[in-house]
Amino acid sequence: MRSDTPRAPWGLKLAAGAGLFFMLAPIALIFLYAFSSEERTYQWPPPGLTLKWFAVTWNRPDVWQALTLSVQVAAISTAIALVLGTLCAAAVSGTRFFGRETISLLVILPIALPGIITGISLRSAFSLMEIPFSFWTIVLGHATFCIVVVYNNAVARFRRTSGSMIEAAMDLGADKFQTFRHVILPNIGTALLAGGMLAFALSFDEVIVTTFTAGQQQTLPIWMLEELVRPRQRPVTNVVAMVVVIVTLLPILLAFYFSRGGDQTVAGMGK
Amino acid sequence: MTSAVSLQTVSRHFGAVRALDEVDLEVGEGEFFAMLGPSGSGKTTCLRLIAGFEQPTLGQIRIFGDAVEGVPPYRRNVNTVFQDYALFPHMNVRENVEFSLMLKRVDKATRAREAEAALELVKLGGYGDRRPGQLSGGQRQRVALARAIVNRPKVLLLDEPLGALDLKLREQMQEELKALQKTLGITFIFVTHDQGEALSMADRVAVFDFGKLVQVGTPEEIYTKPNSRFVADFVGSSNVLAPEFVETIAGERRWASLRPEAIHLLRSEGGHSALTGTVVSRSYLGATTRLGIELGGTLLHAVVPSGTDVPADGARVTIGFAREALHLMEDAG
Amino acid sequence: MSAIAASSSSAILPNQRGWLGALSDRFWRQPKLFVFLLLLPALLWLGIVYVGSLFALLLQSFFSIDEFSGLINYEFTLKTYAELLRPQNLDVILRTVSMAAAVTLASALIAFPIAYMAARYARGKWKALFYLGIMLPLWASYLVKVYAWKLILAKEGILNWVFEQLHLTWLLDAWLSLPVIGGNSLSISYTGTFLVFLYVWMPYMILPIQAAIERVPTNLLDASSDLGATPMQTFWRVIFPLALPGIVAGSIFTFSLTLGDYIIPQIIGTSAFFIGQAVYAHQGTAGNIPLAAAFTVVPIVIMGLYLWMAKRMGAFDAL
Repeated sequence: MRSDTPRAPWGLKLAAGAGLFFMLAPIALIFLYAFSSEERTYQWPPPGLTLKWFAVTWNRPDVWQALTLSVQVAAISTAIALVLGTLCAAAVSGTRFFGRETISLLVILPIALPGIITGISLRSAFSLMEIPFSFWTIVLGHATFCIVVVYNNAVARFRRTSGSMIEAAMDLGADKFQTFRHVILPNIGTALLAGGMLAFALSFDEVIVTTFTAGQQQTLPIWMLEELVRPRQRPVTNVVAMVVVIVTLLPILLAFYFSRGGDQTVAGMGK
Repeated sequence: MTSAVSLQTVSRHFGAVRALDEVDLEVGEGEFFAMLGPSGSGKTTCLRLIAGFEQPTLGQIRIFGDAVEGVPPYRRNVNTVFQDYALFPHMNVRENVEFSLMLKRVDKATRAREAEAALELVKLGGYGDRRPGQLSGGQRQRVALARAIVNRPKVLLLDEPLGALDLKLREQMQEELKALQKTLGITFIFVTHDQGEALSMADRVAVFDFGKLVQVGTPEEIYTKPNSRFVADFVGSSNVLAPEFVETIAGERRWASLRPEAIHLLRSEGGHSALTGTVVSRSYLGATTRLGIELGGTLLHAVVPSGTDVPADGARVTIGFAREALHLMEDAG
Repeated sequence: MSAIAASSSSAILPNQRGWLGALSDRFWRQPKLFVFLLLLPALLWLGIVYVGSLFALLLQSFFSIDEFSGLINYEFTLKTYAELLRPQNLDVILRTVSMAAAVTLASALIAFPIAYMAARYARGKWKALFYLGIMLPLWASYLVKVYAWKLILAKEGILNWVFEQLHLTWLLDAWLSLPVIGGNSLSISYTGTFLVFLYVWMPYMILPIQAAIERVPTNLLDASSDLGATPMQTFWRVIFPLALPGIVAGSIFTFSLTLGDYIIPQIIGTSAFFIGQAVYAHQGTAGNIPLAAAFTVVPIVIMGLYLWMAKRMGAFDAL
């Protein structure tokens, strides 16, 4: 097994190939079902292919409402996470202080603990404090677990930004704000963009915490969940499923593109 | 001589570590001043205190008479050339050089003109559109220099400015830096661990060891009249002679230093005196040859002109030197 | 150079940025205050909103519910925890932990060849393909992934169709007639639940293993084969031990995520509860917040133990 001209044993190739098939085939299936002409069942093979359900879905106000709400929640949660995550990363990277590890743990906790725990804690806290469910209770939950994504990306980039560059800026007459604006921000910009897009995707897709923090409002995942538990119009669900895959994957691909520098933070994140 | 930078019993402690310990120092206006010492001796801490990146634990620093306590680096009219250059990777060369002018809201045309002038001064005219990543190490260092002088600071600080360059480039830059300093008339303070660099470039040299300022003087004073074993050994690898040995040849029980090139050889066939020994090593250095001579338990180094009369390994030799060449030092311990 | 000479003659430059400059000076002089202010928003958000709620929830697990009135009795008691030990609740815990363990084991088995291939053999174009092949399922929407399996496992779906085409329907029926793991159909059996869990959480196993294998220097492998080891020996004696921390790191994800999930077993599987469903049901329809809170402590404790063991095996270096 020389390392310069590696040839995989056929058994390994087969196992890896089968594994990849197992991972990708269900996603391919989602794309196919979106075009199925079957209305009442999940019949395979599809009796025919049609574009009709795209038009039907397009005209469904409930889908549009859910989509709009999801985009709004994701946008605001991402904005909050960007501010909090960046400030926190700057504080942790710039100095060594007592309790650094605690801060990192605190940031990671909402994503390390199962979502149901985050969800039920927030829900019981809302009910204790008699806060009614609203758009903002959803955002509160989402921003909590989005912070870690931005934080991780920003910390990784701060680590690669040399400390003497910040000193050089100060030395040349830039005060704290000018240093941030002219030197730090341009250097961590792409990392923030990548982190922001991941946070957006994470929020857009979130369902577990949302079931606890949303009242009557439906985000797109909540809408999907309803359809999964009590299917009403299957072809519409098929189309929505495909759209959701596309909407979540685009930012992931872009984030991958922006963080190619070696941070590998896309890979490092769980949900 | 107006004082450009003055340190009054300045100390900087990091926990129990005394990075700088009660240092008193005056640097005159327009001086080319070197701070020399091994790594961890406090010379870089001293530079960072002047720049404002660190604050003294005790003592006071004045720059052109103004106490700078609590003055942030961005309000000090002092600029630094960093060891790793610290160029901004997201800006091109011109934007790097213009940076401080941009912050001062100097108009665009003036900015471009002054940046180009500064770049020309460091022989990089026309490089403005390049990215720092496209430049060689020597060019990056010149950009760092241009960026620091474009503002005409009162004091320019250089942290191991030539450390990352290869030997030939280093010698060339040494001369250019000296010329630049003359042109600008700015006070230069530079930090180095290379004694040759310090001696050849500086008007005056301060030698640091373990956070203490050991000796300040002109290169010649430092070289010929070291005040301690450390200075004698660190600056130019002088022979450091133990008090017992000095007593036998000079009659005084004190530490002394003796420059290798001050020693000359008297061929002695079988003669016996305190100054007769055996050649134990020989290194050919070109115009000169460095000999290791064992002298009754003391190893001395002598640098003699190369040639056919250089004694071979194992030869018995008697050494001689002028009485003034033996420099008795202060510390007798 | 004359243009440059037009510069300040003082060693200290004046503040030309008004209050902004003054604020910057203030921050510079008090770096601790500055760091504190940077941290403050996140600390307020996470420390008070999040940890506060978490703490309030845990506190409630020490209250109990009055069985007659259905109201919460705000007195400190361990009664609710004792309730966890009732057979039907122990069943829920045992079922969830077994499922998490099975999913973790199967994930490791499937993930390892993929991670190994991606780390050691895939180069250039293949490497990018593997990367995307791993990232797409990892990041594709959770619900859509579950939905895809609803399509696959449906009676009229693709899996039954494949078995039929291969004339293997009898095999599927035999499997479904087995006790415990079987059921009336795939989508209402533990087998179905297991498959979906496996699919949804397995990608989290691949990346840590891949990272661990990539960190094995190739010259170590050359050294091993130079010393006369066969490829099999090199694998078991050198690569596998070094990849083990990666497997443990990945298992933290698969185990924890399976432990806390309540949506998958609700959509595909039997009507028996998993921990997540129990929490959901107790806090929702039953209104028994103390019991729901006590139930959430179970995964926290199990994960705490798990993390402690993983840390001792050096798994955190592979994250």
